[in-house]
Amino acid sequence: MMQIDLSVQHVLKRFGDFTAVNDISFDVESGRFFSILGPSGCGKTTLLRMIAGLAELDSGRIEIRGKDMAGISPNRRPVNLIFQNLALFPMMDVGANIAFGLQRRGESKSGIREKVSAILDRVDLAGFESKRIDQLSGGQKQRVAIARCLVLEPAVLLLDEPLGALDLKLREQMKVELKKLQAKVGTTFVYITHDQSEALVMSDYVAVMNHGEFEQIDTPQNLYSRPQTPFVAQFVGDNNAWSGTIRNCEGTVGEIETDDGFHFRSELHQPLPVGAAVDLFLRPESMLIQPDPSLPDLNRFEVVVRSTLFDGANSRLLVHPVNAETELLVALPQTHQYDYIQKDDTIEIGWATPSGICFPK
Amino acid sequence: MIRTMPRSRGTALGLKLYVILYFIFLFAPLLVTCILAFNDSQFPSLPWKGFTVEWFTGDKPDRLGIFHDQINIDSIWVSIRVAFFVTLLSLGVGTCGAFLFEQEQFPGKQAFYFLMISPLVIPGVILGISILMFSTTLGVFFENHWGLDVALFRPGFWLVVLGQFSFIATLVTLVVSARLKKFDRSLEEAAMNLGASRFEVIWHITLRFLKPAIIGSGAVAFLMSFENFNTSLFLVGSEATLPINLYLQVRDGSTPVINAISFLLIVGTSMLALLNLYFSKKKD
Amino acid sequence: MDKNGMHDRLRWGLLLFLTPVFLWLVLLIVLPQIDLLIMSFRVESGYGDSSWSLYNYRQFFEEPIYWLTFVRTAVYSVLVTFLTFVVALPVAFYITKVVHPRFQGFLTVLLLLPFWVSELVRVYGWMILLRESGVINHFLLRMGLLQQPVEMLYQDATMIMGLVYTSMLFMVVPLISALESLDNSLIEAAYDLGANMGSILYKIIIPHATPGIVSGSIVVFMLTLGNYLTPNLMGGKNSLWFTEQIYNQFIASFNWNQGSAFGFLLLFLSSVIVWLGLKLTRQNLRKVVQ
Ligand SMILES: Nc1ncnc2c1ncn2[C@@H]1O[C@H](COP(=O)(O)OP(=O)(O)OP(=O)(O)O)[C@@H](O)[C@H]1O
Ligand SMILES: [Mg+2]
Repeated sequence: MMQIDLSVQHVLKRFGDFTAVNDISFDVESGRFFSILGPSGCGKTTLLRMIAGLAELDSGRIEIRGKDMAGISPNRRPVNLIFQNLALFPMMDVGANIAFGLQRRGESKSGIREKVSAILDRVDLAGFESKRIDQLSGGQKQRVAIARCLVLEPAVLLLDEPLGALDLKLREQMKVELKKLQAKVGTTFVYITHDQSEALVMSDYVAVMNHGEFEQIDTPQNLYSRPQTPFVAQFVGDNNAWSGTIRNCEGTVGEIETDDGFHFRSELHQPLPVGAAVDLFLRPESMLIQPDPSLPDLNRFEVVVRSTLFDGANSRLLVHPVNAETELLVALPQTHQYDYIQKDDTIEIGWATPSGICFPK
Repeated sequence: MIRTMPRSRGTALGLKLYVILYFIFLFAPLLVTCILAFNDSQFPSLPWKGFTVEWFTGDKPDRLGIFHDQINIDSIWVSIRVAFFVTLLSLGVGTCGAFLFEQEQFPGKQAFYFLMISPLVIPGVILGISILMFSTTLGVFFENHWGLDVALFRPGFWLVVLGQFSFIATLVTLVVSARLKKFDRSLEEAAMNLGASRFEVIWHITLRFLKPAIIGSGAVAFLMSFENFNTSLFLVGSEATLPINLYLQVRDGSTPVINAISFLLIVGTSMLALLNLYFSKKKD
Repeated sequence: MDKNGMHDRLRWGLLLFLTPVFLWLVLLIVLPQIDLLIMSFRVESGYGDSSWSLYNYRQFFEEPIYWLTFVRTAVYSVLVTFLTFVVALPVAFYITKVVHPRFQGFLTVLLLLPFWVSELVRVYGWMILLRESGVINHFLLRMGLLQQPVEMLYQDATMIMGLVYTSMLFMVVPLISALESLDNSLIEAAYDLGANMGSILYKIIIPHATPGIVSGSIVVFMLTLGNYLTPNLMGGKNSLWFTEQIYNQFIASFNWNQGSAFGFLLLFLSSVIVWLGLKLTRQNLRKVVQ
């Protein structure tokens, strides 16, 4: 079994009567890229600050490489934190920023100089030692902040939405770079973000956090295809949602009557009693446009096209069922096969039973 | 009438003339003082009797230049020493004050803050007499109870330092506070996260951030102390500071030596001012 | 730093910062002021012991020379403050709004330069300009505008000019920063709406600059009231300033009790006028200080 670098057990944090982090437990294995994904204000930063020792726990236990961190002050913990705003020291140049932590450890001058230049090389900033912080671009600052922590060879590197301040293009680029960098150095990363695409692209494991609690910890693939709670289903990726009632249940496949009158057959993952109220979710790409009539076992229904939302490879149709007002998103593959579809056309939509994601209310 | 607008000739010209007159008003006394420092005359007045530097370098009894005038040189030295200690004390305590009012929470903070700025509203003369009296009270008390004769409580060098420090520290506190307000505290946390102790954080991060404000307010503190008259007037002992010494000479009639000293002061302070300005410009 | 997390450390830091500040304020401000107040209510009975009495304050009201000096000082200080404002406003306006931006920095530096020089030197400069044997008299005689030299020093008007000169800096700087923040388009809009110079001044510029005017006025007033050098060296023999009365009591008559009463009255006067100024213009001290 792999070594556990970070172990968080039943950690709880309150601000007054408000519980910011509620009984959270998880383990991160050595060398993993672990993300915590959640909406703004769900307690991500608070959790990270407790791991770094900048905030005290109300209860619970944090272990790093098997060592209990209780009572160990932030400057003695083998973790480093990349702040949401990076917190580079503006009064020092790049070299001094990176050397700061090494100097605190009392390392020799020549050793420090070597390490600084080696780590700058790592993050593709070779020779940047004497640049001032305000001379750097957003992406370069990012990498200096990472280098400043990595040079200390922490057991765990904590990153608090480090890409938040960058513009979209750079963010896309840094996502890939960060993932590559982590693979290269092999340090355990704990990365927090509210951007699901960041989490899905980079991580080995993702924990989805909501209101101070973890809803699901899983691989990105599983989070997407097997969400375990309605929150995860809606927060990770786009989803169409219906609410309805179980009319029939055979094993793990059930027949659901939605509130707007459709009858669908869907995978349930667990047997549910007839009459139970459920939420049904369906990915836009699970819906097929004008499916071949020969395909068996499809839930088919007619919809009216409201508009086309063109977004390159991610284009959608915004539609509503013929007799209902519910808005649905349908993936529109850019293969020119569907170019004939116009606004206000009526088309047939079909989806297969295993694509349905269903939760009891 | 503002530069972005078409303006009427008359008002524009009038304003310009006014500003020119204002600058003449501002500089006339200083220029005249400087020029008369080089007049070959026994009195600091016209007519012009020729150029001389004897009021700087002369060593004859009737033309004792400033470089040989031991009394004035002594008082300049006293003023420099006073200013040095006042600056040191004010920077130390003022920086503590800035940390206290910007980063700490404690009951009665608001009231304490008003107490801190009150020296700005107390006339310097009153600071002088109240400190003189309180130190005398303490002196009498020590004498009567313990038979101790504490030199600090008598008018003299250290009492002048304390008197000036009592209001210059407020200035330093305000200037340093203004800069500390702009400090991003996550830098402190980042430093701690990188392994710095609380002391190292303050030393390497916060104080370095405050450095421009500390240097700037230190320069101002030094000048304010060097030029202080009102508070020192009541606290000087046998060692007169330069302003007190000059005052006594000016009051009882004057020679161009005073112009010579003034010339040196004007040149010195202007250089210091320009230097300070140059550095604060470079920082931006 | 998290408040709960760093509890001990914070208390330690608080103590470190609080102690010197506390010592400074208590030992050099609070206790001396209390001592001043106590002393002003005591009289020496001649044999070295003293008793409580209102004598010092009675003395102040019974001797016209005392309270007249007091009233003169107060009235002149208000006058000086007003004059300083009137003289400084056009200059601040010119520098912030009229002159080409290229010269703005230079003029500002030039404006501040004289005030780095000791007040004594500046007053001395005026003395050699204005006195009977002074430079101005010399030129006026030369040009034949005067037959006899006149003594321009030692007069109330001269003294007031000297005080205005001395405190100019503390009015100009806040005015400049107040006017700098005034958006030019406001003036343009007012002009466009048909306002003339006068109404722009009263309706736009002065209201906008009020915080600057108030803070400048308070400082100028305070410094003028507490000034000793300028009235002493430029004022006439019978135009006493109240600080000179205090000095006389302390140094010449060695009557510290009387001097304390005077000191306390001066402190009281300055606090009342500063407070009134703040109330009338609805400002608060904290804002004005910053
Ligand atoms: N020191 C504090 N005192 C009181 N409440 C706090 C404090 N710090 C955080 N909170 C509250 O705790 C909750 C979680 O805050 P946190 O900063 O952890 O959110 P976050 O998930 O990092 O959000 P974001 O994505 O916006 O950074 C928020 O509702 C916040 O208001
Ligand atoms: Mg956050």
